[in-house]
Amino acid sequence: MIHARALAKRYGDRRVFAGLDVDVPNGGFLLVTGPNGSGKTTLLRVLAGLAAPTAGELQLPPRHTIGFLGHEPLVYRELTPLENLTLFGRLYRLPERGERIGMLLERFGLWEVRHERVSTFSRGMQQRLGLCRVLLHEPTHLLLDEPYNALDAEGATLLDGIFEEPRTWVIATHEPQRVDRYATERLAFA
Amino acid sequence: MTYASDVAALARKDLLLELRAKETLPSMLLFVIAALTIFHFALPTGTSDVAARGLLWAALIFTALLGLTRAFVAEREQSMFDALILTPVDRSAIWLGKAIAVFAFLVAAEVVALPAFAAFFHGLDGRTVAAVVLADIGICTVGTLFGAMAVAGRARELLLPLLFLPMAIPIVVGGVGGFLWFLVLYDAIFALLSWAAFEYVVSEV
Amino acid sequence: MRIHLTLPVLAAACTGLFGLAIGLALFYAPEDADQGLSQRIFYFHVPLALTAYACFGWGAWKALKYLRTRDERADLESYVAIHQGVIFGALTLLTGSIWARVSWGVWWSWGEDELVLFLVLFLFYCAYFMLRFSVDAGPARANMSAVYALFGVVLIPVSFLAIRLSKQFIHPVVFKLDGPQMTGSQFFTFCVCLAAMLTLFATLYAIELAGKRLDRSLRELKELLTA
Repeated sequence: MIHARALAKRYGDRRVFAGLDVDVPNGGFLLVTGPNGSGKTTLLRVLAGLAAPTAGELQLPPRHTIGFLGHEPLVYRELTPLENLTLFGRLYRLPERGERIGMLLERFGLWEVRHERVSTFSRGMQQRLGLCRVLLHEPTHLLLDEPYNALDAEGATLLDGIFEEPRTWVIATHEPQRVDRYATERLAFA
Repeated sequence: MTYASDVAALARKDLLLELRAKETLPSMLLFVIAALTIFHFALPTGTSDVAARGLLWAALIFTALLGLTRAFVAEREQSMFDALILTPVDRSAIWLGKAIAVFAFLVAAEVVALPAFAAFFHGLDGRTVAAVVLADIGICTVGTLFGAMAVAGRARELLLPLLFLPMAIPIVVGGVGGFLWFLVLYDAIFALLSWAAFEYVVSEV
Repeated sequence: MRIHLTLPVLAAACTGLFGLAIGLALFYAPEDADQGLSQRIFYFHVPLALTAYACFGWGAWKALKYLRTRDERADLESYVAIHQGVIFGALTLLTGSIWARVSWGVWWSWGEDELVLFLVLFLFYCAYFMLRFSVDAGPARANMSAVYALFGVVLIPVSFLAIRLSKQFIHPVVFKLDGPQMTGSQFFTFCVCLAAMLTLFATLYAIELAGKRLDRSLRELKELLTA
């Protein structure tokens, strides 16, 4: 679960947000909405444990149970999908990563191109690989920042399917209608 | 020994990235030969051997800077630090893997540079080669740390030389004078410091 | 804020000590047999150098504190201390250069270990400011500044050793800027000058810190009002 009270984040003099209370129980789904630049991304980074809050208390699950997808798919462009996922599989100390990698690539329609460099992919395909990376270590908490932004139609359908799975979710999007039905908590940035 | 295998995986990744991109190493090779050529024209006749040897060190430092500037570009441009620090690996392993890769590039460049120097100017003794290897360790450990700092800022190509060159002065002294023990001391102190400090440079938390 | 009380006291002490120092250095301390009047600059040059070391040390101490506590105030204190250190370092280089000019007719001497060390440190800590200007304010900048400040302070002895070693193959023409062997009255003068310099550091440090904190508070207020 993710729990925060009176959360504030400031970069130097620039205040991003203050006085936020966040409560996402296990299995919950937090939908964060708001225009670009309102602080959604910063909040997600704080909740993922990538940025420290300036004030407030924060309770996060262990690092290895968190999966984070930012505005970038967070994959190495000059490596192939297989190399990318193998690297992260090693870093996450996954025992039988070969099988899991194959399964994910297949599921997201990237098996055919597993030996080609990510730089040759369309943005949609890169985002799909990002989703593979994020799901690789089977995190119980997934934080996705604008996941639909770069996705193609095929990827979007695949992503829709993932939300059915039992996990704790924090999704930031400025198109909430797609996932609104799953939301158990909502947070709107002005 | 997961730390060692983490480092190995990361170093492999960096070597693989360079093998694909083919940017850094060729530039370093070209640069060092060009620098040595310029130095030939910059040295009047009758310049002592020691002076020429000193210029070798200048060429090596600047060639290393070239490699170091490129070291973390992929991580910065593709925001990979986020992905890496979320994994269970120790942050210092990121530093060590990268430093090992840069060390490999630097040695590869020197495999060309040192014979070129011997051909252009005068022969090199074993002591100088040993000094070069020891200096490389110091350059790569400190340089990788500072490279991560520089890449977080705006004027990254300008910033890294400014940060690194004062630190390189003792290395040059150790190299030109052949003070191997001093280079070992420098390496030990600053490698330890870099290893401990990296997590603060790469992560906010 | 505590500063309100200590600042006038510091400033007064500083002014007093400086007056005393200048008087002593110029009139009380005995004239040096070899170098004459120019030697008196020693009473300012060496205290400036020692104070600069103190600045960098203090800055490194605050940097360490920042890394341990992540308290932004420590970052600001570290920054101000290093800023002062660069100023005192520049003055050290300047007075050293003047002394060399007056004593030996040269504007610079590579044989003066301490002067060369200050040149290296000056370069290093100027880069500290380039680093700060290049990164946006926030924990990242504070972290990196702190790490760099710690590297600087470790570099001081390493560089000094390197400079010493370099004389084995550089052989600069040695123009030694010798301080006196320091008899009683000279030592007393020196101590007063050193105390004056350190008090000057403390005063300038307090002033700059207060100013920057005020700046910070003003900007935070502005943010709150416009939000």
